[in-house]
Amino acid sequence: MNRKPVSVILGLLVMFAITGPVFASGAGNLENSAINVRDVAAAQRGAKWFVNYCFSCHSASYMRYNRLVEDLGLDEDLVMRNLVFADVKIGDTMEIAMRPDDAEAWLGKTPPDLSLASRARGNDWLFTYMKTFYQDENGGWNNLVLENASMPHVFWQLQGIQKPVWSTHGADRVIEHLELATPGLQSPEEYEQTVRDLVTFLDYLSEPAKLKRKSIGIWVILFLVIFALVSYALKAEYWRDVH
Amino acid sequence: MAKPASTLAKRADDLMNWVDARLPVTAFWNATMTGYSAPKNFNFWYYMGSLALLVLVLQIVTGIFLTMHYKPSAAEAFASVEYIMRDVDWGWLIRYMHSTGASFFFILVYLHMFRSFLYGSHRKPRELVWIFGMLIYLALMAEAFMGYILPWGQMSYWGAQVIINLFGAIPSIGEPLTEWIRGDYFISDATLNRFFALHVIAIPLALLALVLLHLVALRENGSNNPDGIEIKANKDENGLPKDGIPFHPYYTVKDIFGVAMFLLLFAFILFFWPEAGGLFLEHDNFIPANPLVTPEHIKPVWYFTPYYAILKAVPDKLMGVMLMGASVMVLFFLPWLDRSPVKSIRYKGAWYKIMLALFTIAFIRLGMLGMAEGTPSQTIEMRVWTFVYFAFFILLFFLSPKGKTKPVPDRVTH
Repeated sequence: MNRKPVSVILGLLVMFAITGPVFASGAGNLENSAINVRDVAAAQRGAKWFVNYCFSCHSASYMRYNRLVEDLGLDEDLVMRNLVFADVKIGDTMEIAMRPDDAEAWLGKTPPDLSLASRARGNDWLFTYMKTFYQDENGGWNNLVLENASMPHVFWQLQGIQKPVWSTHGADRVIEHLELATPGLQSPEEYEQTVRDLVTFLDYLSEPAKLKRKSIGIWVILFLVIFALVSYALKAEYWRDVH
Repeated sequence: MAKPASTLAKRADDLMNWVDARLPVTAFWNATMTGYSAPKNFNFWYYMGSLALLVLVLQIVTGIFLTMHYKPSAAEAFASVEYIMRDVDWGWLIRYMHSTGASFFFILVYLHMFRSFLYGSHRKPRELVWIFGMLIYLALMAEAFMGYILPWGQMSYWGAQVIINLFGAIPSIGEPLTEWIRGDYFISDATLNRFFALHVIAIPLALLALVLLHLVALRENGSNNPDGIEIKANKDENGLPKDGIPFHPYYTVKDIFGVAMFLLLFAFILFFWPEAGGLFLEHDNFIPANPLVTPEHIKPVWYFTPYYAILKAVPDKLMGVMLMGASVMVLFFLPWLDRSPVKSIRYKGAWYKIMLALFTIAFIRLGMLGMAEGTPSQTIEMRVWTFVYFAFFILLFFLSPKGKTKPVPDRVTH
């Protein structure tokens, strides 16, 4: 079949429609978390931040302690001594002691379970969220990506206190950027690493099979490449008498 | 048949003869595989059917294993899926096969249907093959919709809410009808439980029956081909089509190669990109269903979004639902809408190529717009493409009898 120009032009037109301008995503200006899920050391540090700062209010009820021990190469005794309440076994899921009703009464909203936070929100969202808490005029905490978040800035001692720098656009006052008003225990670079470690852990937490999935995937693809080559050779052999 | 080389082969032959005397296995194999002549000029588009069959089997097998661990109750469904993803041995693999398979089923079916638009495979005498195919497509949509509610995430819940409420637009019986579908005043445990029953038993049975009918009807007249000519018009002295080759082994070995290439792509998505950027597994569906919190942006899964865009393009709900229904139903009439003397796009003039290109762009753009937030300018674009979508079928009916054609060869081009 000889291809006529009209088919080629129309084919290209369809291609353009597929790759053409897509709607703007509502994500806004999220920072790239640039995590590496294979960085087990980062996930271990993240696990530490998670347990010390998040785990009193946020559960991870689909995650089992022993899975954590296994995947992140943690010491079982250490986990049992530091992470686990008295009546909890190593095979249990990571529940918290705070009851949902109490949490709602105290905080205004029950803190969501974080087992799947990374898959629901995305790593970049979590990363930006943890970096853009600021203190507003009333002295309360607010956040750039989640306006009027009910969560206080649990990392404020590490990051320090950020305050907004406003600019006026006509009648609107918008936050231009955040400024570190009171330095924290960590430098901005160190704090960024802390958040990245935490997000690495949350990414792992949302899909513990991810590491295994990718490493198995390489072998499956390799097998299929060989299978494709062999099946192509078989097809070519049979089809010699058709051509 | 060749003389048996050993006693073992002789025994196998005896066994086969014994079976054949009671069940026509060999006769069936000869009639549908080795003795069935398929045109020798199949191209890329002809892989999709056998691959769709493969995915159907994959969905059934993985579905059986998922059913062993899944709990169809509003209180337990979401957690049971996470249990499969985390605690069941290889559960994540089975679940990803099923979720990736669902999307690939639609990719293959859309390509399979597009092949008909290219080469006129639905034209006489294969109208029933097309009708059964369309029924498979409808059953598949129902199957996918009911399957999507099972993980009981936010999108499962609110997507189902939107789609079930569409039936509420029907005058007078609308409200009672939605209640009858849900089995409750709102989407609840009862809805989940019945959708589970339909998803794992009723619709798969219908699908299998329809696939069987699709294949029997196909074997009756044999496949069309990229030239859109009947190979049975040119037979050799043995009564076999000159341009035909036995389906087995030629197309079985070719389809095995197709399977290998397909599985490469499938495995790549499954192992390295299972969410497909939120297209195959939506981000909001990793949040458990909550009837009290409406997600910011409700949209169906990608394979429904072209029709969803047509629905959204119309300001009136009832009119929108009717137009959306019409956009699927019009496909049933395709064999009679195309009245061109030639079947294949190869021998149709530029008029058809331009129309088909615009139709394809319309379908893809509608699919993309159906996922978008719905700004006023997007609504206008949706209307334009909805118009183009329907214009294709109307113009096809009126232009095809007189549209320019090229001379059709007697034999397939290879």
